[in-house]
Amino acid sequence: MAVGIIGYGAHIPRRRIKVEEIAKVWGADAPSYKRGLELREKSVPGLDEDTITLSVEAARNALLRAGIDAREIGCIYVGSESHPYAVKPSGATVAEAIGATPDCHCADFEFACKAGSEGMFVAHGLVKAGLVKYGMGIGADTSQGAPGDALEYSAAAGAAAFIMGSDEERLLATIDETHSFMTDTPDFWRREHQYYPMHGGRFTGEPAYFRTVTGAVKAILEKSNLQPADFKYAVFHQPNGKFPVRVGKMLGFQREQIDTGRLVPTLGNTYSGSSPLGLTAVLDVADPGDRVLMCSYGSGAGSDAFILTVKERIREARDRAPQTRWLLDENIRYVEYGEYAKLRRKIRLAE
Amino acid sequence: MPPARSWRSYPQTYRLEAGRCTSCGAVYFPPRLICSQCKGREFETFSMKRTGKVLTHTVIRTPSAAFAGDAPFAVAIVEMDDGVRLTTQVVDADFEEIRIGLPVKLEFRRVYSEGDAGVINYGYKAVPVRS
Amino acid sequence: MRDVAVIGVGMQKWGELWTKSIRDVFVESALLAMDDAGVDHIDSMYVGSMSPGIFSSQEHLESVLGDYLGQPHIPATRVESACASGGLAFRLAWMEVASGISDIALAGGVEKMTDISGSDATYALATAADMKWEGISGVTFPGLYAMMAVAHMDRYGTTREQLAHVAVKNHANGSKNPRAQFPFPVTVEQVINSVKVADPLNILDCSPITDGAAAAILVPADQVKNYKRPGVKIIGSGHATDSIALHGRDDLTTIRAAAEAGQRAYEMAGKQPSDIDFAEVHDCFTIAEIVVSEALGFFEPGQGGPAAESGATAMGGKIPINVSGGLKSKGHPVGATGVAQVVESIEQLRGEAGERQVKDARVALTQNMGGSGGSCVVHIMEVM
Repeated sequence: MAVGIIGYGAHIPRRRIKVEEIAKVWGADAPSYKRGLELREKSVPGLDEDTITLSVEAARNALLRAGIDAREIGCIYVGSESHPYAVKPSGATVAEAIGATPDCHCADFEFACKAGSEGMFVAHGLVKAGLVKYGMGIGADTSQGAPGDALEYSAAAGAAAFIMGSDEERLLATIDETHSFMTDTPDFWRREHQYYPMHGGRFTGEPAYFRTVTGAVKAILEKSNLQPADFKYAVFHQPNGKFPVRVGKMLGFQREQIDTGRLVPTLGNTYSGSSPLGLTAVLDVADPGDRVLMCSYGSGAGSDAFILTVKERIREARDRAPQTRWLLDENIRYVEYGEYAKLRRKIRLAE
Repeated sequence: MPPARSWRSYPQTYRLEAGRCTSCGAVYFPPRLICSQCKGREFETFSMKRTGKVLTHTVIRTPSAAFAGDAPFAVAIVEMDDGVRLTTQVVDADFEEIRIGLPVKLEFRRVYSEGDAGVINYGYKAVPVRS
Repeated sequence: MRDVAVIGVGMQKWGELWTKSIRDVFVESALLAMDDAGVDHIDSMYVGSMSPGIFSSQEHLESVLGDYLGQPHIPATRVESACASGGLAFRLAWMEVASGISDIALAGGVEKMTDISGSDATYALATAADMKWEGISGVTFPGLYAMMAVAHMDRYGTTREQLAHVAVKNHANGSKNPRAQFPFPVTVEQVINSVKVADPLNILDCSPITDGAAAAILVPADQVKNYKRPGVKIIGSGHATDSIALHGRDDLTTIRAAAEAGQRAYEMAGKQPSDIDFAEVHDCFTIAEIVVSEALGFFEPGQGGPAAESGATAMGGKIPINVSGGLKSKGHPVGATGVAQVVESIEQLRGEAGERQVKDARVALTQNMGGSGGSCVVHIMEVM
């Protein structure tokens, strides 16, 4: 039985802030950041946007493409490191908003930037096991970097939702293989009650991101007996513009395979939404028969890798909802640091 | 807002569920128990389409205490494609672009939260249709 | 039904009355009315007060005010219909006397608004809107009337300047009213350049936050001869409601409840708009006076703005509106406003309005409105 994606949707807040605007405030050298991180700007959520609202909009777009009754969705998983509540599930609100309640399994996931692909992974598994007819996995974040920290230049907001199913006539892409790679690697963390995360600086690179992503991808290629050249597109977790290109090169992927799903230069790092959003951008343009590799990365640290093959129905489904590049490029407004600081609640207000 | 008060209207605030009078077809949002037009008492529930247009609008610059952090913000009366009218904020828009007749769609947003510790109330806000 | 007349009215100076409680504020004006009528007791009373619970942390106001007015054990009723509470209290007192239940009824209104912050007061007033289906947008009362203004401007070409002329005229009138909160003139330029509240309305388009009260004494018309003061007869009373939410009404450029209540009052009185010598109407915002002047039939729809600009509603114009200064200049202690309109009308009809006296005034109309027009009360009074 082929199992795969029958619907996908993206959502990105409208506001952007440029790297120069942040660098100016902290006296940093914008050109070197832009070069070093290959990052020009990032998305900024409004005061009324959070992981739940972004998830609902992405989920609605996924439903438009799937063309199914939301009540047939048997599980919903929202992965995020910025769930609005410490206790109270984001997924329940998302399910209620899209009309998937009450016969639905639901859980919130957290695994740094990998929480979204975990939702996809589990939803896929439950469909494959025959426990649910359809399953939804969402990656969404309104991530925060500490003011002045390198993360402030990249921490962004966005969401991607995927509906998994096994109806032959509904499949947009089959999921042909999966693999997870995971170790205890303390490269990035946020303790309970802390507002901003901390990270291990350069330790986040070689022993963390690169070791984990290459570990996952090598394993899935070996399991499926495929080579990098067998793929039209490859989507890697993208904390900045450089890492996905470099890890692709280490694995033998070419720039052309990577660039379609590499949104980070103008989107920023949407954490749990990062590689899932990259996959939506690929599905927006891929042709039937194209093979796609996606590999997430979450600090702590782990990667979920997927191999997909695009199906014929992609042609008619993709135009039923806004395409990711349109959300990224066409519908934007730039804010200055003052408004950004207000929107990201970095200004202390009277009680 | 006490949790029970917002919870009981999730079908409307989350999914735009309206009531259509089965005898005369009049549409009510939120649903009602008796039709003001024909006095009918049977209604069918349906989810409205999320698109409509601005009938009139303003920018609130002096808000009540609960919305102090949002000001200034735009508010409009929107006529939905299903014929129902509702009052909602218009967000992700420059104030100058909001005009009578502007096509909008309703997105899922935070509408009000009880400080940093209380429950977060979600619902609809209008954004201009751009694509 | 008996004919009913007003034989006494009272109203103390309005404003920010820091040293006075809601009890003091009410009792002072009520005693002025009783003294004016020459009575030391009343059979019953109705007091309009929109939200003493929020403004003064005091519900059950009828018990407090009856006692402090020195009238223990009388049947007293607090009346709530948002900003139309006072007008409705007056109507209920009229019904009380007309029905024969009471021979001396006091109609009063009071609000003590300045004890809480401006944003809390904005919230208290906003509860007169549809808290559930308008309130979730954060819209305020200025915002609701601003949306009426935008719709009116769009349909009829009403201008920003015409709105300002309402404020200019009412402040000019109010500058001759010693009890007004803001008894000074303003210019069109000042109104247009004042602080924005809810586009296109600025702070000088809005009525203020006020502490104040007003009271009137009602008796059967055939008993007026027993009292020292001349009676003024209540010849028409109309009351109507509408959807509390502005978005629930078909036409955003008019206020149907005002038209309906006006029609009922005209019919009862046997009068038409052209018979009215002057009117006190609910100018909570400048646009409100324009819309109401059309709804009451003084002007065709769309002509309220030009009328304000041309001086047709000014003292000496075709139909002087808000010769007291209106809510705009006199102040707007919400529960008291409807009764204060009666106070002004009675003083005018008795020929005691001094500097702002309307010449040969014989028939007056008052129009008091709740929320964005969810309730409305109209009265017509005539010299006996």
